[in-house]
Amino acid sequence: MALPVIPGFDDDVERDLHTERQILNMGPSHPATHGTVKFLIELDGENIVNLDIQVGYLHRGFEKECEAGTWYQAIPYTDRLNYNSAILANVGYCMAVEKLLGIETPERCQWIRVLASELSRIADHLTRCGAACLELQAMTPFLYGIEARELAWDHLEILCGARVTSNYIRIGGVKHDMPPDFPASCRAFIAKTRELLKDFDDVVTSNRIFVDRLVGTGVISREDCIRYAVTGPILRSTGEPLDLRKQQPYLVYDEIDFDVPVGEVGDNYDRYLVCVEEMHQSLRIVEQCLAKLEKLGPGPVNVMDPRVLWPAKGRVFNRMEELIQQFKSVTEGPRVPEGEGYLAIESANGELGFYLVSDGSAVPLKVRCRPPSLINLAPMPGMLKGALLADLIPTFDFINMIGGECDR
Amino acid sequence: MEDHGSPALRRLLEVMPEAVEETHAYLGDATAIVDRARVADVLGFLRDDPDLEFDMLSDVTAVDHLPRTPRFEVVYHLYSIPKNRRVRIKARVPEQTPELASAVPLYASANWMEREVWDLYGIRFDGHPDLRRLLLYDEFEGHPLRKDYPKERRQPLTGPRN
Repeated sequence: MALPVIPGFDDDVERDLHTERQILNMGPSHPATHGTVKFLIELDGENIVNLDIQVGYLHRGFEKECEAGTWYQAIPYTDRLNYNSAILANVGYCMAVEKLLGIETPERCQWIRVLASELSRIADHLTRCGAACLELQAMTPFLYGIEARELAWDHLEILCGARVTSNYIRIGGVKHDMPPDFPASCRAFIAKTRELLKDFDDVVTSNRIFVDRLVGTGVISREDCIRYAVTGPILRSTGEPLDLRKQQPYLVYDEIDFDVPVGEVGDNYDRYLVCVEEMHQSLRIVEQCLAKLEKLGPGPVNVMDPRVLWPAKGRVFNRMEELIQQFKSVTEGPRVPEGEGYLAIESANGELGFYLVSDGSAVPLKVRCRPPSLINLAPMPGMLKGALLADLIPTFDFINMIGGECDR
Repeated sequence: MEDHGSPALRRLLEVMPEAVEETHAYLGDATAIVDRARVADVLGFLRDDPDLEFDMLSDVTAVDHLPRTPRFEVVYHLYSIPKNRRVRIKARVPEQTPELASAVPLYASANWMEREVWDLYGIRFDGHPDLRRLLLYDEFEGHPLRKDYPKERRQPLTGPRN
């Protein structure tokens, strides 16, 4: 009896196995990626053939909201761009407004801003390195990193009153001076963080699994970085020492002694090493800031400019003129002269720029944030072409896309 | 027209004065407003000129100047790593034909940023390889950063695509 013929069934075992490419949807909410982003991955076996990145899941209309309020009312929105380093976005935005207003902030304020910025940068890098370990299944170093980040955030809380969304920087100054016991406590933090970074280093840096997952993965060349306008640790990991704190010093960075670490080949491991070294450099900067602030002694932390400085509370309650000024400041805020200005700072992810346009009124015409998270993410498909699917995780971790800043 | 002491503006005025409509250096930011049809030429020149070497296109964005005409301005911020300099190039774009040439063939970074400008302002970039919305979804109606788009406007609910 002949075997039944099944339509479509081919019993020729000599023929090559039929293969086809697979489309894999990863995200928008995936446990191995921190951040809300969707990857549409075309796979050939385990290798990535094509990658389409779909961003925008956290789009909240940052620019539209800023264009609807006063210049002051945009500051809390800038907190929520990058939850890891809110201060850096505060500083960038306030300095851009100050540029339009032509305001020079007092020296003490500038040192406090640098101090707060560097604490933020440390917290950001700790999250990046810690979360990368977690997503590569290493829980212990993640906890070392997060413990150190909590300490950094505790100190931001002592300074600003809030751990994450600090809302500390003001146009023309900062909300208030640091508390008198801050330097001592901050020095203890520096010592403790160095210990934790040492522990972190012992567990991770020469760990066989960690090294195997990071060395040679997610490689990008210096030329590609420049074509894609990639900045920050990713660009520096390729050997290009571009750091706006050195190249175009703002605040008081030109008076501070620190080094810019660079990598060689531009893979994930180099990015990791650059980030760790940047944390050590940031700790050095914090130490110098504390010493300088103690040397400077008490002084104004806000510029004496009635357009942006609110009158003291005691006078508001007892005097008519100050009451009126307070009322105008709150309801209307400063009127910024007509014109445009671009100001960029070095955030933890790279060049964080603010391009502001004013039509002369008390409401911004345009508040553009140049988000390093978005721009650094764009070359990722090229970095992963032909790579294993598993390489996507560490590469995405070290790009450190923060959804709030990427999608705005 | 003046170069305001900026080497970029000086070279631009030397080589292609007919493309430049206006220059200024308000607050120290060297700016040239150029003819919309010549944007790609200007960006290419700034990138390739050995005295300038603007190798990085840091930012592309747009500004809606409603009710002024021409209504839009597309703004490019360039940075030169070797020379450590910045320059801003702007092109005025009218409301009726919101189009200009894409910078993607010159700078890869323009890809996503031009998609964002298309998404939020509805300005088309001719020659862009993949002009899809970037931040919003395909079913979104309108371009929300235009000044005539009300902030409170609701969008229709969309279901999953098949």
